[in-house]
Amino acid sequence: MNQFVPPEIDWAALSPVLIVLGLAVVGVLVEAFVPMRARRATQVVLAVVGVGAALVAVAWRWVVVQDEGPTAVVAGALREDAPALLAQAILLVCAFVGLLVIADRSSGEDAFAPAAAAIPGSAYEAEARKAGLAQTEVFPLTMFAVGGMLVFPAAADLLTLFIALEVLSLPLYLLAGLARRRRLLSQEASLKYFLLGAFSSAFFLMGIALLYGYSGSVRFDELATAVPATSGLDGMLLAGVLLVIVGLLFKVGAVPFHSWVPDVYQGAPTPITGFMAACTKIAAFAALLRFVYVVVPGLQWDLTVALWVIAILTMIVGTVLAVVQTDMKRMLAYSSVAHAGFLLLGVIALVPSGISSVLFYLLAYGLATVGAFGLLTLVRERDADGNVTGEALHLSQWAGLGRRHPVLAVCFTLFLISFAGIPLTGGFIGKFLVFGAAIEGGAWPLVVIAVLASAAAAFFYVRVIVLMFFTEPAGTDADPGTTVVRTEGLTAVAVVVCAIGTVLLGVLPGPILDLTASATKFML
Amino acid sequence: MPTQFADLPWLTILIVVPTVVAALIWLVKPLRRAARPIGLATSVLVLIGVALMAGAFETADAAEVQFTQTVDWISAIGASYAVGVDGMGLTLVALAALLVPVVLIAGWNEVTLPSGIAADRAEDSLAYRRAGFVSLVLVLESLMIAIFAAQDLFLFYVIFEAMLIPVYFLIGVYGGPNRRGAALKFLLYSLAGGLVMLAGVIAVYFQTDGGPGTYLLANLGDIASDNPTLQMWLFLSFFIAFAVKAPMFPVHTWLPDAAAQATPGTSTLLVGVLDKVGTFGMIAICLPLFPGAAATAAPVIIVLAIISIIYGGLVAIGQNDLMRMIAFSSVSHFGFIVMGVFVGTQTAMVGAMLYMVAHGVTIAALFLISGFLTQRGGSQDMRTYSGMQRVTRVLAGTWLFAGLASLALPGLSGFVPEYLVLIGSFEAHWAYGAFAVIGVVLSALYILLAYQRVFTGPVPEAGAPVELTGEALDVPDRAGLKDLTGREKWAIVPLALVVLFLGLYPAPVLELLSGVADQFAAILGSAS
Repeated sequence: MNQFVPPEIDWAALSPVLIVLGLAVVGVLVEAFVPMRARRATQVVLAVVGVGAALVAVAWRWVVVQDEGPTAVVAGALREDAPALLAQAILLVCAFVGLLVIADRSSGEDAFAPAAAAIPGSAYEAEARKAGLAQTEVFPLTMFAVGGMLVFPAAADLLTLFIALEVLSLPLYLLAGLARRRRLLSQEASLKYFLLGAFSSAFFLMGIALLYGYSGSVRFDELATAVPATSGLDGMLLAGVLLVIVGLLFKVGAVPFHSWVPDVYQGAPTPITGFMAACTKIAAFAALLRFVYVVVPGLQWDLTVALWVIAILTMIVGTVLAVVQTDMKRMLAYSSVAHAGFLLLGVIALVPSGISSVLFYLLAYGLATVGAFGLLTLVRERDADGNVTGEALHLSQWAGLGRRHPVLAVCFTLFLISFAGIPLTGGFIGKFLVFGAAIEGGAWPLVVIAVLASAAAAFFYVRVIVLMFFTEPAGTDADPGTTVVRTEGLTAVAVVVCAIGTVLLGVLPGPILDLTASATKFML
Repeated sequence: MPTQFADLPWLTILIVVPTVVAALIWLVKPLRRAARPIGLATSVLVLIGVALMAGAFETADAAEVQFTQTVDWISAIGASYAVGVDGMGLTLVALAALLVPVVLIAGWNEVTLPSGIAADRAEDSLAYRRAGFVSLVLVLESLMIAIFAAQDLFLFYVIFEAMLIPVYFLIGVYGGPNRRGAALKFLLYSLAGGLVMLAGVIAVYFQTDGGPGTYLLANLGDIASDNPTLQMWLFLSFFIAFAVKAPMFPVHTWLPDAAAQATPGTSTLLVGVLDKVGTFGMIAICLPLFPGAAATAAPVIIVLAIISIIYGGLVAIGQNDLMRMIAFSSVSHFGFIVMGVFVGTQTAMVGAMLYMVAHGVTIAALFLISGFLTQRGGSQDMRTYSGMQRVTRVLAGTWLFAGLASLALPGLSGFVPEYLVLIGSFEAHWAYGAFAVIGVVLSALYILLAYQRVFTGPVPEAGAPVELTGEALDVPDRAGLKDLTGREKWAIVPLALVVLFLGLYPAPVLELLSGVADQFAAILGSAS
């Protein structure tokens, strides 16, 4: 009957994804064949160069797309259009700085368990540590995750989206369990993330099945045309769309699908937390945007209530729970939940500026997040013998840090005020744009709630600033209790890049705004 | 004046220079030790710059915005960098430029080391702390000049929020024992107000055609005039932020805490200049953008202003803390200013504008001189003082002088503006004036009572405990306190001169303000 026609594949359009995944595979081979001494350096170079090259490729495709218009790639499974490319670029920028933090070996060791398979506290683990083993698989794993994330914003059919979801999630589940210290916590986080992630994947698949049953297709464009044309199967359609959205909202960390966020953020190795918090959110929001803007417009009346409730809950729960946290990572985790709520405003707006504003917000948020978690890796505890141990994550341990390490404290303050949305930082312009899009889309009650939530959120950001600058440090000058370790330089570079980016986005956002302004329409 | 002189981007230079110097002092280590002289020299240069600018200002066109400079900033959202001043902006810029060097001189030795610093590092950390203080004050000076010069709504908002940060650190790092709580309270109040304003700023954008230059104040006017309900909401979103800043009853409660905990210099800038941003915004932004809503809301606002006047005065009388007393007196004075803005007569509007300047100067003198006293006495509690006029004569005399200016004694700076506001209020409605007059009486009470408690009576004997309710304080040897030093006198002299000038010959300043006042009063008049 139907003759099989092999799809024409535009390899050039796939180049960013191919570079990243290809180098990830090379990374696996490196694990097998390169001697241990040279392995780490090779992996770091491969990963950093790979992400950099992918960024260049994305820039090249951007120019091509600007000239020739968006195209459907791989038989319509992917779309190469302005929002997709821009999201990929933002993703790669954040992944690049995130990788620098991951690669850093402050105080002589990296943040990962020397032998992840060893039972925590066992003799084998101690041996592995003494032998100086390192789990350099971290880098190929990260690259696989980045590869999946790159597909996410471009995916234009549900199966591709699902595969990308799994490709980005599986490495993250693993990475979350690799922390060098507090290993039980880390493994618990990994397991929790995996179980809940599997749950959400099931939801997602069920949604795909329902939508396929409804429309006979898994492609966004065919779904979009089926929505107004097919009648009588509304129940299936709505349930399907909702389930798919739930799957994406899980990745985003929106309430009520957020329960994994604090535990995983806390348990995962801090550099991975930073990478994950920034990049997963960028990828998931880009995919959510495409799905909602392409498929949902015909369903606005049916879905608005659900999305509004989720956005309101996300903003309020994230803010309120962040206020009572005493652990830095948990506080930032809940703050990221609140930010997901703010970002949802741009998604719900369903106006062209919603797309561009969310993308800008993601860039500002991603930079501040990687920078903030990067700084967390430098502030450490010291044991009785004066050896540097794990990160000092309790709020009280940050008391008086501004006095001893003004530059670090000023950078952290910068990221915090960007989170809080105070002017002259990227976070402010992002909030401005997203709230603007929401008002344009008629969602002004949400904006009122968002504004109130922002004011309340300022409290816990400012509390950290108060601690760092106004509070007397707990220890004495000789033994401060909390110490700041010297980095190899990579984290410092990442933090400085993030800080400069945050300020530039706030003071001179013009060029970036011009870029995002051209990304206001998804190709159907 | 040669034209090249007037063509220079004066305001931008005045905005940039203090910030650059601040960054240098803070970052370059060798400069830290000389932070105070460098900071003072910079602020004096800025003052000279403002004076030159005032000289080149066309007084005849005082209602026009002059020294304008407009550059596209973020064209995607219609924001520009646009600065320029009219008569009101110029006087407020001058006020800020005057107070900064005064504060720096007065607070020369104000910044001290916290306890627990090792002796070998003491010198370094002291220099560091002092450099930090001077830098923050200079950054604040930049922002103060910028906000009174902003001719773009977005720029105004950005500076409005950015200003919080240096003030927050000034209160939180350099203040009294409860400074952290006070700084946090200040920040949260202001942020909450500011974020509400943000919603308004965004909403304004969608009431325009968009495009570059959307937010220029010159291009904005009577927003949403066909939808009074929407305009009222927009008006409120701005007004609430300004009312918090001003501070007006019932959102004033952050001020007494902040003023009592901050150093006298910070309080001076906070109440003397920063709070004027609130009333400035009411005039320059609320009135032209939302005239209909302003006219509708005016009666309610005036009632709140009258409550502020009377409530502030009454509570000031009951204070034991000298700084809190001055803060509450300001709540009362700000009530006068707000009333002058919203009663809608030209006389009251001129009065309100002049009031802003006059109040800035007198409150600076009161805060600084009280600061000299409390530094010597080691306590802000008025009950621990008495008879100080026999010990520190000049201090007592200058305090009384500033206090009399504050209670509007004829011939001093407070008189003319208060008189104008009252006359203007009577013109609008007799009841407004009648209630506001109570404030005049109250101001005499709280100033003179405070003087009586602190400066008259017998000098307490050294070591004699003063019985306070529930607590007994050991009074240190008050009889041995030194009078004002030369440096402190020099800090007060410029203020005293301006107080006399505004009281005896306010004509030049009134000339600057009356054109602007005509314009804004007419907006309110035609709308109601």
